[in-house]
Amino acid sequence: MSGNNKNDTAVASVAAYRDKLESLREQVLADAVMIGEIPAPTFKEDRLVNFLSDRFTEEGLDQVTVDEVHNVTAILPGKTGEKNILVAAHIDRVWDSSIDHTITVTADSLIGPGIADNALGVASLPMLPVMLQTLGIEMDANLILLGASRSLGRGDLEGLRFFTDNVPMTIGAGVCVEGVQLGRLSYSSLGMNRCEINVSTPEEQHWESWSLSGAIITLNKIVQQILAIKIPTVPKTSIILGSIFSGSSFNVPSTRATLRFEVRSEEPGMVAGIREEIEELIEMAIAEQRVDVSLEVLARRKPGSIGFDHPFVKAARDILRGLDIDPLVAPSISELSVLIEKGIPSMTLGLTNGDRKHQLDESVQIAPVFKGLAQLVAVLQSIDQLLENE
Amino acid sequence: MNKIDSWLQSNTFHHGEFWDLLKLVKAKEKKNLKISLCIPTLNEEKTIGKEIIIFKSALMDRYPLIDEIAVIDSGSTDKTAEVAAAYGADVYLSADILPSQGFKRGKGENLWKAIYQLEGDIICYVDADIKNIHPRFATGLVAPLIYHDEMQYIKAFYDRPLAFSQGVRPSGGGRVTEILVRPLFSLFFPELTALIQPLSGEYAVRREVLQSIPFPIGYGVETSHIMDVYMKHGLEAFGQTDLDQRVHRNQATLDLGKMSFGILQSFLNRMESYGLVDKFPEMSNTFRQFQAEGNRYEQVLKEIVEEERPPMVTIPEYRQKFGIEDSATG
Repeated sequence: MSGNNKNDTAVASVAAYRDKLESLREQVLADAVMIGEIPAPTFKEDRLVNFLSDRFTEEGLDQVTVDEVHNVTAILPGKTGEKNILVAAHIDRVWDSSIDHTITVTADSLIGPGIADNALGVASLPMLPVMLQTLGIEMDANLILLGASRSLGRGDLEGLRFFTDNVPMTIGAGVCVEGVQLGRLSYSSLGMNRCEINVSTPEEQHWESWSLSGAIITLNKIVQQILAIKIPTVPKTSIILGSIFSGSSFNVPSTRATLRFEVRSEEPGMVAGIREEIEELIEMAIAEQRVDVSLEVLARRKPGSIGFDHPFVKAARDILRGLDIDPLVAPSISELSVLIEKGIPSMTLGLTNGDRKHQLDESVQIAPVFKGLAQLVAVLQSIDQLLENE
Repeated sequence: MNKIDSWLQSNTFHHGEFWDLLKLVKAKEKKNLKISLCIPTLNEEKTIGKEIIIFKSALMDRYPLIDEIAVIDSGSTDKTAEVAAAYGADVYLSADILPSQGFKRGKGENLWKAIYQLEGDIICYVDADIKNIHPRFATGLVAPLIYHDEMQYIKAFYDRPLAFSQGVRPSGGGRVTEILVRPLFSLFFPELTALIQPLSGEYAVRREVLQSIPFPIGYGVETSHIMDVYMKHGLEAFGQTDLDQRVHRNQATLDLGKMSFGILQSFLNRMESYGLVDKFPEMSNTFRQFQAEGNRYEQVLKEIVEEERPPMVTIPEYRQKFGIEDSATG
């Protein structure tokens, strides 16, 4: 099949791509630094949207637009333009505008909040046309570049959902780009519920019962009961307790407590079942302890997969091996789930190795970035050919 | 309109005016100019890498405005030279340039030796400690020299947002500028008060000017340059560009004291070389500060006359009240 031949071409060329892309080092790093230094907390991505839109225009892309939910999109027209491939990176980051967004450049790494998640991933978007030009590659399909807004936390992938609900053309394939980790190959999404439990207790309590009362005590009981829920190892299922907030002093019982957690599973229906069990625990706490407890589901994902044997996934695995990288197959709960839910065969790739994700000194290694970018271009090239041959 | 006001209108720019880099590159090529960017360093490993990649990517790779990026190092003991070289800057050790002239440790030494080492018709100096580095730090300074043949020396100034509640805000330089340099200029060279930040470390200058002025090697280099260029070419030779915010290390008051001491030395040296030490020009009573409204800057003039009272003991009423005999006045 000619598709396989083209795929072989991409695999054979990917190491050479990496070498050529190193000539773009300062441009890639400068974009990553400038993008990383613009604060972009979820729902407040405007400044970054403006920057990215300017960069898209500067690179001569078509139809540079910012939509109602502050997604920024642009099109790199293909030779035939009959098919469309989406390349998406979420532009919002977990950091508030008030923190110092300075990125430090050392001889071998970039360091600063959000550089891995997802400033580097976003930087790959305006660089794609430059990379393709440098490598002398012309795609048959149109590349739709999407800086997706409102992705994280309470954003709940609103940007990508809006885009996929409203885009007027048919998307043949999607590739989501994350800064880390290189070798990551996600082609399935987990079922997920992202939840918040809020406990509030009366403000006036008798001092004799202080040691036994308060929102922390109630929340602690709920946490223990959640941990006692039996969850299967197959299909893979987990409850992740992410954060807890309560109290303000040493000696006054807290009247408010919040727990944030996620339930994830590969099995359809499993997440909903576990959430219902937790809801029952909460009902019990309300009845027994006469406290006010609520559970809010902030985000939901359905499980789905395009399959290990999907031609896109096979091409990506071959390309990673062409770069001497062992693929790290891991399911995703982010952008990928929206695309798979919409029936768009998609995968998520990482660009480099990094450490201390979501810490102020988050860092990414520079040298592997060019392998990561070569991988991205080669995967897009393979998908392009596979789509043409469909 | 007085000379300072008209100069402020014609020779003060905002970097946003030069957003069209393609146009700028074309104008530069038409005039066949060569531009060098010089970054003097001493232990700047934390910020130098970023400066190089931002300037190189934007102003060499994407828009060929700058012909060379050079780091002139005073002998850093950290990885400054290694990091700068890794990202494609030409790195020179100041001591290796013009060895016949010896080596003195100081920023001004690096700036001076750059004139010998670098090839540009225009040299743009940018300090290495800028945390929020951006291509505007170079484009905003070289653009007026590319577009205006009569300008020789373009200084940067920055918006330092002091608290203000209405449309008009006070605008000024750093503490040493406001406490030392602006009062000195107000007294002796009132026209030079038109420069909003005379001490800023970012400026672009034509080679013909650089090669013909002396360089104090320490804190006084900027003050001395300004006085020399002013005496030779007048206010018309200067331009200044608003580069918006500059984020950098804040200096301790003790360090500002050292800086002021160096600047005073240079100032008085210049006065001596112009033969002005024993015949000060008439001192002005007008003190000149700035206020800004949007991007429009205007000087605020205050008459400050330091009147004097005689010793109390010379006042008859006082003498009478306290019974002081005439002979007690000595």
